[in-house]
Amino acid sequence: MVIASLTRIKMINIFTIIVALFIGAAAGYLGSAMVLKRMSLVGDALSHVALPGMALAMLYNMNPFIGAFVFLVFGILLVWKMEKSTKLPIENLVGIIFTASLAIGILITPEPELIEALFGDIASISFWDFPIIIICSLVIFFITRRIIKPIVFSIISDDLARVRKINIDYYNLLYLLMVAVIVALGVKFIGSLLMGALVIIPAAAAKNIGGSLKTYSYGAGIIGGLSSVSGVFISGLFGIPSGAAVVLTAVFIFILMLLYKKLKQVVA
Amino acid sequence: MPILEIKNLKVIVDGHEIIGGLDFSVEKNETLAIVGPNGAGKTVLFKAILGLLPHSGDVKWANGVKVGYVPQRVELIRDFPLSVGDFFDIQNISLQSAGILLNLLGIGVVDIFSANLGILSGGEFQKVLIASALADNPDIVFFDEPTAGVDVTGEATIYKILTRLQDTKKFAIILISHDLNVVYKYADKVLCLNKRQLCYGHPLHELTAENLQRLYGEDSALHHHNHGNSEFNAHKND
Repeated sequence: MVIASLTRIKMINIFTIIVALFIGAAAGYLGSAMVLKRMSLVGDALSHVALPGMALAMLYNMNPFIGAFVFLVFGILLVWKMEKSTKLPIENLVGIIFTASLAIGILITPEPELIEALFGDIASISFWDFPIIIICSLVIFFITRRIIKPIVFSIISDDLARVRKINIDYYNLLYLLMVAVIVALGVKFIGSLLMGALVIIPAAAAKNIGGSLKTYSYGAGIIGGLSSVSGVFISGLFGIPSGAAVVLTAVFIFILMLLYKKLKQVVA
Repeated sequence: MPILEIKNLKVIVDGHEIIGGLDFSVEKNETLAIVGPNGAGKTVLFKAILGLLPHSGDVKWANGVKVGYVPQRVELIRDFPLSVGDFFDIQNISLQSAGILLNLLGIGVVDIFSANLGILSGGEFQKVLIASALADNPDIVFFDEPTAGVDVTGEATIYKILTRLQDTKKFAIILISHDLNVVYKYADKVLCLNKRQLCYGHPLHELTAENLQRLYGEDSALHHHNHGNSEFNAHKND
C-alpha cells in the first residue's frame, strides 16, 4: 500500500506541480475581484459554458482549450451585455442560459470524453499545454493587478467611478475575458464543472482574514495555489480524481479560515 | 467664462419629466446652492450634469475642468476587505494629501489608514468621501448634502474647512442643502428647484417669503427663520 502510494507520487512530475501552482494561484487571485463583485454564481455558471465548446473541439480533433475558450468568450460577452443593461434579472438569465449550454454540452460530448471534460484529467495535459498555461497565468496575474483598483472602486460606487472618467465597461469586459481564459485553462486540469470553484473558493476563504485589499487578493492567490498543489498531491497519493481533490482541499482551507475568523471574533 | 454652463436642461425618465427648463451657470470660486423640497429632483440634477443620467439640453464645461463629487449616500459595505488607506489608493490618491485633508476635517490620521473601511461611522465615512473629492485639486466640487450623517458641530467644521480651502484653492462649489442658514451663510447664488427652476440669483434677493412659499408650499414660513442679514454680511466682509 505504502509502496503503491509512493509510486503514484513519483508519477506526479514537476510539470504537473508547476501547472497546478500557476493555474491555482491565477484563479484565486482573479477570483478575489469576482467575490467582491458578488458574481460568484456567474463565475460558477460560466464554467459550464466551456463544455459544448470542448465537445465540439474534441469531435473535430482540435485542442479542447480552443473550443472552450471560444464558447467562454461568447458567454462572457453575453454576461457583459446583460450586466450593462441592468433592467434584466441577470441571475435568472445566467442560470438558464448556462445550464442550457451544460445540457447541450452533455448531449454532444462523445461519451468516453464526457467524464474527462466534466471533471478534468491532469494526465491529459500535454507538453505543449505547459507553456500556454504558464504564459496565460502570468498575463492574468499582471492584468488583474493593473485593473483591480478601478474595479474595486466601481464596486464601492459606480457613480463616483464614472465621474472620475473611469471606463468601467472596458475594465469589466477585460476582467470577464480573463475569467474566460482561466476557466479554459482549468478545464483540462480540474474540469469544466469544478473550475468555477477554484476561482471562487480561495477568495471566499481569504475574505475571512480581513485586513487590506493586498492581503486579501494575494491571500486568495496563495490559497488558490496551495489548494491546487496539495490537491494534486492528494489525488496522486490516494488515486482520486485531481479536480475533486483540488476543490475539496480549497473547501477545507475555507473552513479553516472561517474558524480562524470566528476565533478572532471571540478573542476580540 | 463660466466653469459650467447649463442651458435648457431636461431629464425625462419613463416618459415623465423629472426636471426641466433649467438655465444657470457656475463661475470660478463661486458657491451655488440648490434648494428645494424632497423629491424636487436635486440629486437628479446633479446626476444629469455629471453625465450619470441621460438628459437633453446643454451641459457645457470649461476646457480641462476637474470635477469632484460627494454623493448623498454611498452604501458602506461592511465586511469588505478594504482599509481606509486602500480606499484612497484605489483612487490613486496619495496618503499624504489624503492625510492633510482628513486632519483638517477633524479625523486623526495615526491609525485611520490601516483601519478597515467598514468600521467607520457614517460621519467619518462622509469625511473620507469629502477628502477624496478634494484631493485631486478639482476646479468644481458637487456636494449632495455633504453633512448628512454628521453632527451639528461636525457640520459647522466641514463648512468652515470648505470655505477656507475654497479661499486658497479657488474651486467652485455646487451644493445641495436642506438648511437655508447654510445657504445664506455660504452661497453666492441660490437656485430654487421643484421640478422646474423657480428662482435663481443672490440668496438675499431670491429667498423671499413669496419664492419660498412657491417652492415649499404653504407652511414655508417654517423654513424662513433667522437668516439674519447681519450674519450673511459678516461672512462676506471677512
